[in-house]
Amino acid sequence: MKSEFTPPIGEITQINGQCISLIGNDIDTDRIIPARFLKCVNFDSLGKSVFEDDRATLKGRHPFDLEENKNATILIVNSNFGCGSSREHAPQALMRWGIRAIIGESFADIFYSNCIAIGIPCFTLTKKSIEEIQNYCDNQFLFLEIDLKNSLAKSKDLNFNLDIKESSRKMFLSGEWDATSTLLDNENLIENKFNQLPYIKFNTNF
Amino acid sequence: MSKDTLFDKVWDLHKVSSLPGGSDQIFIGLHLIHEVTSPQAFGALKDKNLTVKFPSRTVATVDHIVPTDNQSRPFKDNLAEQMIETLEKNCLQHKIKFFNIGSGSQGIVHVVAPELGLTQPGMTIACGDSHTSTHGAFGSIAFGIGTSQVRDVLATQTIAMNKLKVRQIWCENQLSNGVYAKDLVLHIINKLGVKAGVGFAYEFAGPAINLLSMEERMTICNMSIEGGARCGYINPDEKTFSYMKNKLCSPKNEHWEKALKWWKSLKSDEDSIYDDVIKIDASKIEPTVTWGITPGQSIGINQQIPLLDELSPNDKLVAEEAYEYMSFKQGQSIKDIPIEVCFIGSCTNGRISDLRVAAKVLKDKKVSKNVKAFVVPGSEKVANEAKQEGLDQIFKDSGFQWREPGCSMCLAMNSDKLIGNQISASSSNRNFKGRQGSPNGRTLLMSPAMVAAAAINGKVSDVREFIN
Repeated sequence: MKSEFTPPIGEITQINGQCISLIGNDIDTDRIIPARFLKCVNFDSLGKSVFEDDRATLKGRHPFDLEENKNATILIVNSNFGCGSSREHAPQALMRWGIRAIIGESFADIFYSNCIAIGIPCFTLTKKSIEEIQNYCDNQFLFLEIDLKNSLAKSKDLNFNLDIKESSRKMFLSGEWDATSTLLDNENLIENKFNQLPYIKFNTNF
Repeated sequence: MSKDTLFDKVWDLHKVSSLPGGSDQIFIGLHLIHEVTSPQAFGALKDKNLTVKFPSRTVATVDHIVPTDNQSRPFKDNLAEQMIETLEKNCLQHKIKFFNIGSGSQGIVHVVAPELGLTQPGMTIACGDSHTSTHGAFGSIAFGIGTSQVRDVLATQTIAMNKLKVRQIWCENQLSNGVYAKDLVLHIINKLGVKAGVGFAYEFAGPAINLLSMEERMTICNMSIEGGARCGYINPDEKTFSYMKNKLCSPKNEHWEKALKWWKSLKSDEDSIYDDVIKIDASKIEPTVTWGITPGQSIGINQQIPLLDELSPNDKLVAEEAYEYMSFKQGQSIKDIPIEVCFIGSCTNGRISDLRVAAKVLKDKKVSKNVKAFVVPGSEKVANEAKQEGLDQIFKDSGFQWREPGCSMCLAMNSDKLIGNQISASSSNRNFKGRQGSPNGRTLLMSPAMVAAAAINGKVSDVREFIN
């Protein structure tokens, strides 16, 4: 794990870094960060516990324990990554370990939203392309340059057109992925909506 | 694109604006919070110098970390104590209604909100918990969110979200005797897969759904997320309305009539358009048990664990992982696999009707001497009702431990955990690796009635042998 942590901030247009490949479908958030580590009132110490039980089982052979991966920032995964519990602790733990972007076959919905909300772009590629990357990573380092403006990933040997939800891409490019202030801009509209909703008047006990 | 479904109507009603990036800003009618995913959100409010915009639209309870043996304060576990204290402090400071232990209404957030009448048709409901989909049983649009979105709801009562597609899952005929809502939803997840619901809201409909009680409907919607769907719902009907009548927070007097009229207008139109429709024959479903490490890896009680060759290329990778983790062999029967721990509880199956069904199986029977069995009511209300009916005594007489309400061994954040590679029969919702508190613990998901049957026999059993 990297010693210093600084969260992403502002516009995100380019992410360059070494890839770390984690093979497996349906990797759930309980595996990313087991529930016992959720007993905390902040996210600060989660980085070291990412994949704790999987790592213990593999006794040093887990990708997140390999010396050659210690500076990796781009995580390569397979299908339905981050399924299960809504715990934001999962992407927070990945981010605090050092992950800055994820490329996978597909992501679970809540995990995806959580990543976007904390500034980690998630891209999708076909199964074939992911396997190509993972095979490459088996034998050598892969440094990718991700260009968010053009949704491209480039390296010495491999190039890909990445898929990302247009709304997410725009938010990163404009720096407005931290949604609170954008939402608050519509304060009057929120008040109006509150007053229009039929059920606000139905209930008196709360 | 879907049109005129309940989902479309409720979404459109709550839409505040179209955001520059293309997502929608959605008003959240009811925000539920608990101790695990809210403290960092309150922390972020403080950092940003923001306040809670509509404190009356947020309601709190404590469920994930509470011990179920001794709930006296301070908790033995310092970290758990710190978490409940933080929630108490945050609720007090921001004037948020908090149903604490001993209030008579504490419990698992997805059990508590419906029984208080907080959950209502036509609402948008969000909570920092993936099983928020439960509330869709009432015809609300309810989904789990992460902590950053909890922060957004506290600060603005809205979130930014892309509209979901709508898939109708039409369930024909009816469930046979000894087959329950849990079996139906496990079957649906198995047929469609654990990621089929990504990007979708699931509308559960059809004769088999109409016949279900409200609590059974909650079991179905609860596990939408296990099928990948962040949101699942059922159109409200007379059962919905009669469940809601006279609940603490449901509309009263002249408001009730107005509410009723509005609720009836919400359901999907006869000619509404869905992005996708799937048909399931409920009459063909058997009591269903998971054998693997995802909720999609399930089979009927009389079936064998699938052979690798029978599976699609996509399912093979996880199946191989599952055989190894579970120490099960391909082709092995699920029936008669020995069980060491039995757990009845959770937001999926910890309600009064679940306890009634299990107690009926256990009456005048004894739990196998090889099994540790315990029941954790979903809420203080459920516990009190069960005691009034004498269910607690039936459980205790059979050898089950009767515990205090909470999430307990569904996710094992308290001291209720599997040890080593123990196998549990569990009425909860997730059989992920390590889910029940031991890194190599093994979970078999099934209905509460099937857990009771497993407890008596000390092995996976067909509950129909007990009730017919």
